[in-house]
Amino acid sequence: MKRFFGFVKKEFLHIFRDFRTLIILFGIPASQILIFGFVISTDIENAGIAFLDLSKDEISTGISDRICSSGFFSRTADLAGYEEADRVMKSGRAKAVIIFPAGFGREFLSGRQTTISIIADGSEPNTATLITSYASAIISDFNREYTAPGMTAPLPVQPEVRMFYNPGLKSHYMFVPGVITLILILICALMTSITIAREKEFGTMEVLLVSPLKPSQIIIGKVMPYFFLSFINVIVILLLSWLVFDLPVRGSLALLLAETMLYIMMSLSLGILISTFTANMQQAIFISLIGLMLPTILLSGFIFPIENMPKIYDVLSSVLPPRYFIVIIKNLMIKGKSFSYVWKETLILTLMTIVFLGISIRNFKIRLE
Amino acid sequence: MEKIIEAQGIGKSFGDTEALKNISFEVNRGEIFGFIGPDGAGKTTLFRIITTLLLPDAGRMTVMGLDCKTGYRELRRNIGYMPGRFSLYHDLTVEENLNFYATVFGTTVRKNYDLIRDVYSHIEPFRKRLAGKLSGGMKQKLALSCALIHKPGLLVLDEPTTGVDAVSRSEFWEMLNRLREENITIIASTPYMDEAMRCNRVALIQKGQILSVNPPEKIREEFSRKIFSVKSSEKYKLINALRNFPGTATAYPFGDSVHLTFRDNEQDHSLTGYLNSMGISDATISETRAGIEDRFLELMQDK
Repeated sequence: MKRFFGFVKKEFLHIFRDFRTLIILFGIPASQILIFGFVISTDIENAGIAFLDLSKDEISTGISDRICSSGFFSRTADLAGYEEADRVMKSGRAKAVIIFPAGFGREFLSGRQTTISIIADGSEPNTATLITSYASAIISDFNREYTAPGMTAPLPVQPEVRMFYNPGLKSHYMFVPGVITLILILICALMTSITIAREKEFGTMEVLLVSPLKPSQIIIGKVMPYFFLSFINVIVILLLSWLVFDLPVRGSLALLLAETMLYIMMSLSLGILISTFTANMQQAIFISLIGLMLPTILLSGFIFPIENMPKIYDVLSSVLPPRYFIVIIKNLMIKGKSFSYVWKETLILTLMTIVFLGISIRNFKIRLE
Repeated sequence: MEKIIEAQGIGKSFGDTEALKNISFEVNRGEIFGFIGPDGAGKTTLFRIITTLLLPDAGRMTVMGLDCKTGYRELRRNIGYMPGRFSLYHDLTVEENLNFYATVFGTTVRKNYDLIRDVYSHIEPFRKRLAGKLSGGMKQKLALSCALIHKPGLLVLDEPTTGVDAVSRSEFWEMLNRLREENITIIASTPYMDEAMRCNRVALIQKGQILSVNPPEKIREEFSRKIFSVKSSEKYKLINALRNFPGTATAYPFGDSVHLTFRDNEQDHSLTGYLNSMGISDATISETRAGIEDRFLELMQDK
């Protein structure tokens, strides 16, 4: 046991001596969260919008006021004619133009079908989609409220779209769990695979092998320090996402932390597994970065929903541990569900950890060949 | 006498290259046993087999009475190994490296301090320095201290003096001699022929085969011919001239002189005239004793 702790102490010294390791371990995760959170934002806020009101009545001004007071849009121009629409969008002052046709209010009050045109700048498809859907939602809201009281005529059926869990469709809700999932597996697998490959490259493995240390002591001794540090990392990330993005943990925090520990353990075992079949640091870095990053981003359900994937990718993604952790973390953080909703995923991750560790210890070469 | 290593018919191949061919030797308790040979002779491979890091393809090896293959667990507790490359942690200090190896072997620095004092005292003033920042000679001393810290019965040193200056090399061998008195058996490899004289017995190894195993004096005596030392201020010219001289059998540079043997063994007195005609007037010729290197080169030629 003393041997083992001597080994763990040495590993801690390696980590604290190497400035770059510390940056990778702590700097990257924090900055990733902030970058993903701020830059890759799919929210709109104060998007410039222009109005062409050919009706100028109570109803049309009511709708345009409501659009502008929503906080998503700001009125940047009032147009006099159709020909100005093109100009105002080209100049970039407005991302969209909303047009009320002449006689709009009269038609509306008489209960007949009326139309409002929303012309959006399609050169930024994402923003355009967001703007049109936000604006349509506000308009149908208005529509419903205005016609509901006193009116006996059957209402035109409005599709009711409501976002569960993320009513404002806030993108942090989607990104933070995804980034935690991605970062933990990358950092953990990368760091452990490098640290073992480093012993091989510097020839110190040769001396470790000619010592009474057992393979399991070397492997667990390597994993232990990173386990602690990654756990601290998770707490920092959760604090950041709470303080900066107001992201709550709706479920049990203790359960979330326990699940995260499991996931860290799984990622570390995966790193060890990678290191047992790589000969040097470069290979280890290559495999852990390329081999894990792209599949995690593309196939784990982080960005693209698995339900929409062709069957083959669905099958492929089922071997990826992040897929299960994303389900767990979203359920616990955002939906606030209990363990009974995530036990299956937890079980899968536990099994993966055991398998990875088992293969690593078995694969660990007690000799140089 | 108790045998610490018994090797019989050891063979080892890497793909198509035969690194070791049918190697047999024995090492006695308490001796310094040297393996002398050029780079690529198979010394490192042999040492890795002795230290249980590699398994031989053929043959049997027992170290301290344990089979290298089946007894590796037990053996690894009792071997001190210093690989050819500096294999300590560059980012740990001298002291941390030593403490680490002590704990890994289940001991403490204090317990075995007496054993390493002689070596470690040289680097102790720098104990807070990172191992990567030490000079070549100090690195070797630290590596030796680490290999010794658990009081091993057998110390395996793979080219311990390569890349170390002449003074440190000589110091290093003196330390090894004192360790021998502590009843530690030492095997060491070196490409330097002069270090062979410091061993109790040496094995000359070349292309994966042992050419001869004997005490160094005996190896020198084995040289079968008369050998002459030729000196001149123009060494390069001299060696070319000697090699072109019809009566020359072999001419090899040896320190500041050239070691020369004649075709009919006896000194050919026409050589002085020949050298004069080649423009070398200050050459001196005297009979000398063969060094280990001479014997090594002779053995290689016989092959």
